[in-house]
Amino acid sequence: MSQAMIELLLEALLETLLMVGVSGALATAFGLPLGVILLVTSKGHIAENRPVNAVLGAIVNATRSTPFIILMVAIIPLTRLLVGTSIGTPAAIVPLTIAATPFVARLFEAAMREVDPGVIQAVQAMGATRLQIITKVLLPEARPGLIAAVTVMLVSLTGYSAMAGAVGGGGLGDLGIRYGYQRFQPDVMLAVVVVLIALVQITQSVGDRLVRHFTRK
Amino acid sequence: MTPAMLDIVKLSKIYETPSGRVHALDGVDLSVARGEIHGIIGRSGAGKSTLIRCINLLERPTAGKVRVDGQDLTVLPARELNVARRAIGMVFQHFNLLSSRTVFDNVALPLEIAGAPSGLIRRQAREALERVGLSDKADRYPAQLSGGQKQRVGIARALAGRPKVLLCDEATSALDPETTVQILDLIRQINRDLKLTVLLITHEMSVIRDVADRVTVLDGGRAIETGPVFDVFTRPQSETARRFVRDTVGLALPPHLTESLVPVGTSDRPLLLRITFVGPAASEPIVSALSRRFDLDLNIVAGRIDEIQGRPFGTLAVLVDGAAPKLEAALNYLRARNMPVEVLGHVPSHDRAAS
Ligand SMILES: Nc1ncnc2c1ncn2[C@@H]1O[C@H](COP(=O)(O)OP(=O)(O)OP(=O)(O)O)[C@@H](O)[C@H]1O
Ligand SMILES: [Mg+2]
Repeated sequence: MSQAMIELLLEALLETLLMVGVSGALATAFGLPLGVILLVTSKGHIAENRPVNAVLGAIVNATRSTPFIILMVAIIPLTRLLVGTSIGTPAAIVPLTIAATPFVARLFEAAMREVDPGVIQAVQAMGATRLQIITKVLLPEARPGLIAAVTVMLVSLTGYSAMAGAVGGGGLGDLGIRYGYQRFQPDVMLAVVVVLIALVQITQSVGDRLVRHFTRK
Repeated sequence: MTPAMLDIVKLSKIYETPSGRVHALDGVDLSVARGEIHGIIGRSGAGKSTLIRCINLLERPTAGKVRVDGQDLTVLPARELNVARRAIGMVFQHFNLLSSRTVFDNVALPLEIAGAPSGLIRRQAREALERVGLSDKADRYPAQLSGGQKQRVGIARALAGRPKVLLCDEATSALDPETTVQILDLIRQINRDLKLTVLLITHEMSVIRDVADRVTVLDGGRAIETGPVFDVFTRPQSETARRFVRDTVGLALPPHLTESLVPVGTSDRPLLLRITFVGPAASEPIVSALSRRFDLDLNIVAGRIDEIQGRPFGTLAVLVDGAAPKLEAALNYLRARNMPVEVLGHVPSHDRAAS
């Protein structure tokens, strides 16, 4: 592989990291409160609220069941509004964030549902407010599960980002399609796949390590 | 008289379930004096947990009042209820510690929730840990502790906010017998040192015997019997209380006797009596007195001595044979001397021959 090719590969890797990193951070920021609300408004929980839970749940499920490629096209007007264009790496971040947010919110919700109800009761008996229950019990007690959820999301985002790249988002997926497929350079295709695999492996093992670090059981 | 620390009036709790309404509590009245350890005993499903959870309103009662140190908690708005809850410590069967926090941070949590300044939090959490003898484990995580140590942390956490009342829901039920004794001793000691009022729930009469001053028997959501532990042990009034007492300090009667028992009045065979000796009576030669006075044949089939709150009491099972009027006179003699006596039934003749 030529020097120029390697430079292209590096550039594509950076674009992928940017897409995954920014959309992952945004999805975590939006998904965490969403996951908390989904949990605490559910039946029998500390802020049970059927209408809120039903509406949010329906939106989350609808977004999650829309294929990513369709979602990406469907929200082009929104993407244009937010970043001024529908092509390129920054533009890909919008659909990636919108797809990942409900996904990770459900994972967060599931992780926090694992917190022992007895512990929540113990803290209620101390006179904790609902906000204190969330910040002092649900989030810290579920921390390993929350980290595992972020890891799963980042791995999924890496795959989605390659798909986004194929339709003008830049990054490794874009490089693979343009050179590997359209110009028929199998070595570039192979290199892209190897880098993607390495990226996923590293993400997963860092995530696993963090989970282990924060597990006190 | 100082008003009670805990005053529960006509407390009812009805659960609406798909299969109908469940009266978990049915008009329970209960009063616990300052500094008293009050035991609540009942079978599974009697409503014990519901009662204790209604006291700090983890469960909202359907009707009735809960007064803690004179304040009715059932009428408080959420914010004031949270403040009132800080005066009530709670200890759980399964400890319910936060696994993500160290022992110290678990104990500090109630103070943190109350918004106490950090210096005060450190001081009181340290003091509470010291009281339960776990100062050296402050930096451990709960998963690194034994069950008994976890419950000590649970107790320290309940004490950290210096509550007026301590609620214990089956606090020793997940522990082995030896650890149970240690935890009960700790509760007793804390009660003495801090003059803390304790409400303790259990399904084991031995726990009541070892630690409580007074006891209330709960059955089917009703408080069917209440009184000083010694009285309930020596003169249980209700069938439920009698069964609990029997299971704890009761005599193991030889099975061939219990199996052949027939109801009183259906036979002229010897009567099997269970006599309880309390205080000075325990040292009287009651068997020979009965024999001589009433011209009866007495045969001791089982006996044991127990101690409750430092006072000895004995239980004796005797087979009594003699003329009916004399038997009647003997029973009256015992009752006149205030000795609890239970007539269990007649034992058919082949047993008399065997004895
Ligand atoms: N959340 C609930 N919903 C419906 N019924 C309930 C609920 N909690 C308790 N009950 C019912 O109320 C009754 C009393 O239950 P409670 O848990 O107070 O009993 P308990 O004396 O603590 O029993 P155990 O010794 O088994 O803990 C039982 O019949 C139980 O099935
Ligand atoms: Mg119970």
